[in-house]
Amino acid sequence: MSDVQACLLLAAAMFSIGVYGVLTRRNAVGILLAVELMANAVNINLVAFGRLHGGPTGQIFALFAIALTVAEVALGLALVLLLARTQRTADVDEARQLRG
Amino acid sequence: MSGLEVLGVSLLAGVILLGALGTVISRDLVRSVLWLALTLVATAGVYLKLLAGFLAGAQVLLYAGGVITLAIFAVMLSQRVEGAGVRHESRGLVVGALAALAVGVVLVVGILASPLAAAAAVPAPSVTDLAASFLGEFLLPFEVLSVLLVAVMVAAITIARRTDP
Repeated sequence: MSDVQACLLLAAAMFSIGVYGVLTRRNAVGILLAVELMANAVNINLVAFGRLHGGPTGQIFALFAIALTVAEVALGLALVLLLARTQRTADVDEARQLRG
Repeated sequence: MSGLEVLGVSLLAGVILLGALGTVISRDLVRSVLWLALTLVATAGVYLKLLAGFLAGAQVLLYAGGVITLAIFAVMLSQRVEGAGVRHESRGLVVGALAALAVGVVLVVGILASPLAAAAAVPAPSVTDLAASFLGEFLLPFEVLSVLLVAVMVAAITIARRTDP
């Protein structure tokens, strides 16, 4: 097994664990943390493929992805704070004001 | 790879998986965040193994520094912290585990079925190459990204600002 393949398998395991977290967590912060895991797994993939092909493009994409994830987390946590202040809960099952 | 190298890489992978599992399983939200920090720092080790030193540094600074701090702040501000810690429940454990397992099986089968050569013997890109790419080929996305970051900063402050009722 090549080391790129090993990295891909590691990222696949990490991504699956992230999926489990997104599906089972009830707290909004917990869901965001699991999304972080999934994004991190994708970054490992990008860097591994960049190593496979040579050249800086893989790492450039990973850096873009890191910056976008940080932006996403900042916005997501701000929304959680707003939810906690207005609904007195951070539980996604209890925040049902927008439910149709 | 030498025996010592295999041991080190296996250890790194083990720490990452342990941290990931701790992140999604731990019942204490603060501990969950700290498990995630462990995972993210260990991921920087993987980047070093893939000869992406600059990326490893950015990972530690942005993720382990920025995201973890933000998450801790959010936990502390959004929960009624009482007693030992912040408990949080999970639901649908069986369905979630089955779905995650299905995703994992599809990914692993796909990876094992695809012909991947060993890493090319090409030299890893230096920081100079990264900078040349950022300010050359990827200049437009780079600038757009800075606009996005400003927009997100303003939006986060606006959303999270305490408004008087």
